[in-house]
Amino acid sequence: MTHPEASVATTAAAPALLRIQDLHKAFQTVEVLKGVDVTLARGDVVTIIGSSGSGKTTLLRCVNLLEEFQRGRIEIDGQAIGYREQGGRRVPCTGAEVARHRALTGMAFQQFNLFPHLTALRNVTLGLIKVRKLARDEAVAIAEKWLDRVGMLERRNHYPGQLSGGQQQRVAIARAVAMTPRLMLFDEVTSALDPELVNEVLSVVQGLAQDGMTMLLVTHEMRFAYEVSDRIIFMNQGRIEEEGPPADLFNQPKSLRLKEFLKTIKI
Amino acid sequence: MTYHFDFAVVWRHENLLLSGLGLGLVLALVSILIGCIIGLAAAFGVLSRHRIFRIIATVYVTTIRNTPILVLILLTYFALPELGLRLGKIQSFIITLSVYAGAYLTEVFRAGLVAIPRGLREAGLAIGLTEGQIRRSVIIPVMIRNVLPSLGNNFISLFKDTSLAAAIAVPELTFYARKINVESFRVIETWMVASLMYVVACLIISTALRFVERRLAIIR
Ligand SMILES: Nc1ncnc2c1ncn2[C@@H]1O[C@H](COP(=O)(O)OP(=O)(O)O)[C@@H](O)[C@H]1O
Ligand SMILES: [Mg+2]
Repeated sequence: MTHPEASVATTAAAPALLRIQDLHKAFQTVEVLKGVDVTLARGDVVTIIGSSGSGKTTLLRCVNLLEEFQRGRIEIDGQAIGYREQGGRRVPCTGAEVARHRALTGMAFQQFNLFPHLTALRNVTLGLIKVRKLARDEAVAIAEKWLDRVGMLERRNHYPGQLSGGQQQRVAIARAVAMTPRLMLFDEVTSALDPELVNEVLSVVQGLAQDGMTMLLVTHEMRFAYEVSDRIIFMNQGRIEEEGPPADLFNQPKSLRLKEFLKTIKI
Repeated sequence: MTYHFDFAVVWRHENLLLSGLGLGLVLALVSILIGCIIGLAAAFGVLSRHRIFRIIATVYVTTIRNTPILVLILLTYFALPELGLRLGKIQSFIITLSVYAGAYLTEVFRAGLVAIPRGLREAGLAIGLTEGQIRRSVIIPVMIRNVLPSLGNNFISLFKDTSLAAAIAVPELTFYARKINVESFRVIETWMVASLMYVVACLIISTALRFVERRLAIIR
């Protein structure tokens, strides 16, 4: 990659790929994230677990700048995103800067959110053409490579409405990774799927992890989290309650809340 | 006494009637195209974060929808020249019909925009598209496809409204029918022929529109 800021950043003692510091986020007066710190090195696969409403989605959305946040800092490759200092004040970045920051991360959503009027192929090429400014045939070549990766090449000319949930989610993942993000965010990508379609999506995610993609995931598939993650983060009421390797967290939980949470879910 | 129908007297002017019908179709087509642009802008205005845009769009829609179209036609035709804008009858009518269509399409588009799932915009943002790119490449194309049936109905309404252009002597079907009526004294035949031509044209248009809708509709 030829981003100038990346080459500068990587010379400085290999900084973290993602660094979240003291992140605070409130919806009106309700504080949803109450000081969250997360650091991912390049190639890390980290899974966030926690009960519904604990702030997992909000955290991912902040990293992708789909939500504003009131306090704290998010850096990708040493570059602060979303806000910058100006005369000692914290000001939101402009629309174009924000779009550029967002392009550093890719996101896959629970509801897939494919563009319904475009075929699988055009869903993937849209960003390549409009954001990366590639020529059409170049974009098509890249899109086909990724659709092949997720096992959807044969159905590249199908519309989302003609695909099963699992197939749609795989296209959505291809659409995100084709943009070569430095970090992928997965928010409960199998929660909207029928049980028999879960595995086809999880194996795509696992394949990306094995290829060294840095990712931050939210999932309720605990067995999968155990297998794929370098670290697990347990969130509770807007805070990180416990963090560590999967074996430690699942087998020797320290906090009472995590013990209770693990009891409520089946592994 | 029995009335002897004589359609030949009317249909002798076949050329005039058909050219009038054709002009009506062109007027409706041009007006709905311009109306779509106005309606789209006004729909975004109604939904804007900025109060001033909301006010402008709302005043426009409310005013136009609460004024009879014949009044709008006459107002445009007689008032614009007073303001120094010299326009032909046809241009003047197209302006009126476009502005009129725009006001109705604003509501169609507004409802269509509101119905677009929030996730589509966020998926666009997530791959780095700007708000403008998302609007052009995702939101508007999806919305237009969803509102195609309404657009079609509006087009048929507009086509029928072109008969009012006769009021300012635009040579469309009603204008010629009135002329033939005056010359032939065949009141019933003339207006029956005119009605039938409108009906047939509308049926053909709606069949064609259903075909287009099916071609463009989002596959679900
Ligand atoms: N747009 C919003 N407006 C207000 N409150 C919200 C909004 N989104 C999420 N919340 C609240 O923030 C809290 C955390 O939500 P979320 O991040 O979705 O949790 P999780 O993904 O862990 O289930 C919840 O209490 C939720 O009700
Ligand atoms: Mg969630």
